[in-house]
Amino acid sequence: MNDTLFHILIIVGVLLGSVTIAAGLIYVERKMLAVWQQRKGPNRVGPFGIFQVLADMVKIFFKEDWIPPFVDKKLFIVAPTIIMLTILMSFAIIPFAPSWVVADLNIGLLFVLAMSSLGAYTIILAGWSSNNKYSLLGGVRGAAQMISYEVFMGLSIMGVVIQTGSFRLTDIVEAQQNIWFVIPQFIGFIIFLIAGVAETHRLPFDLPEAESELIAGFHSEYSGMKFGMFFVGEYLGITLVSALITVLFFGGWLGPAFLPPIIWFLIKMFCFILFFVLLRATLPRPRYDQLMSYGWKLLLPLALLNVLVTGAIVLLNA
Amino acid sequence: MNIIFYIAALIALIATFRVVTHKNAVHALLYLVVSLLAISVIFFISGAPFVAALEVIVYAGAIMVLFVFAIVMLNLGEDSIQREANLLQPGVWKIPTILIVILLAELIYVFASNQMTAGNVRIVDAAEVSQRLFGGYVLAVEMTGILLLSGIVGAYHLGREKKREYHRYLQTNEEEHE
Repeated sequence: MNDTLFHILIIVGVLLGSVTIAAGLIYVERKMLAVWQQRKGPNRVGPFGIFQVLADMVKIFFKEDWIPPFVDKKLFIVAPTIIMLTILMSFAIIPFAPSWVVADLNIGLLFVLAMSSLGAYTIILAGWSSNNKYSLLGGVRGAAQMISYEVFMGLSIMGVVIQTGSFRLTDIVEAQQNIWFVIPQFIGFIIFLIAGVAETHRLPFDLPEAESELIAGFHSEYSGMKFGMFFVGEYLGITLVSALITVLFFGGWLGPAFLPPIIWFLIKMFCFILFFVLLRATLPRPRYDQLMSYGWKLLLPLALLNVLVTGAIVLLNA
Repeated sequence: MNIIFYIAALIALIATFRVVTHKNAVHALLYLVVSLLAISVIFFISGAPFVAALEVIVYAGAIMVLFVFAIVMLNLGEDSIQREANLLQPGVWKIPTILIVILLAELIYVFASNQMTAGNVRIVDAAEVSQRLFGGYVLAVEMTGILLLSGIVGAYHLGREKKREYHRYLQTNEEEHE
């Protein structure tokens, strides 16, 4: 009975925790961007502008939820929910601390990849159902980008899987007792990081919504809470990729014993979230063909080579 | 276990039926995605989690996205919906119905003769599938690889841009002449 209660608590905790962190990132991002660009950032609502999140949420909830008459109504409504669903589902297999995991699947890593590949539908459906040429262009770009970068995302973490011998994320964390995988799998880590930025279509890879050319890309026609779902979905995506990097390459909850495991996990995760924000603050956006050729001509061969070399070394040592 | 199977199977059946009868191409494809997801659930509960994951990653996540992609690019409008509606006249159902009746008869025969070995579910993990693939079935895997390679080479050939030859006086301001 106690186990069941604990499990339910974890499910609720993960759900609320991830959504709260995603919403809080609205403030964190604005504040950190301001710090790096030598501005003040939000500073009017509450001390240090900390209630800016509440103000933003209240505003977005009370905005008119307008469905334009020319859209494909069903898909227009379904599209923003897909990204929230797939990303929240992916959180189910992340181990936050020993036995703090919703579902410790033996195909854990594949489950994340499956969910992230379903996430491509949200962009392409939002772009198509909006019945607007800028949205359609954004949707087409987004789908092509996500399909391409999924390939390296999957291949880059195969090195970790080869070294661990399991897709289960708790096994992967346990295998890093002696050394974090970021050292033997450095190339895999770099490729996964780049692919993660592209999968969440964050700057500098935000070509599906490049505002200087496509208005707002695939979500041009969205308003109110439907727009808010894309917005929060993006932050959820950042949180998920940061959590995955922590689990796969930086030893998850492992760390010196003076802090509890969950704190170590959160510290590592927040470092990567801040890194994502820093990327946005510094890097310019590449051209679309540059993005594609960079992926297929550089990252794919590199990822394949990484798998080959890792496999050879593991075979030699066995 | 059984309840989950029947729910997933029902969803797969209804979704597949809607794929055939739906007039809007994008909606029909999305029903196909739902059907694939339901089938993946069936794989998962019958002890093949690896196949279930691959079903979602490869079929629902990659191939169907490409299908939707192509149809979105074509941007079929009202007239294609009209054309689909014309295709679905009562007459076209004759031959599919005969085929389905034959299949149904086979199914009933199999059920009636108790040749099914349902029940004892054994979980087959990724390592076991891989050992089979690169053990006994290595020839098939290699041949599939060669087939895919020929597909890639063909696509590359078709998609290659023709190299345009310009007179040497025109080569400096190429952009204006394209």
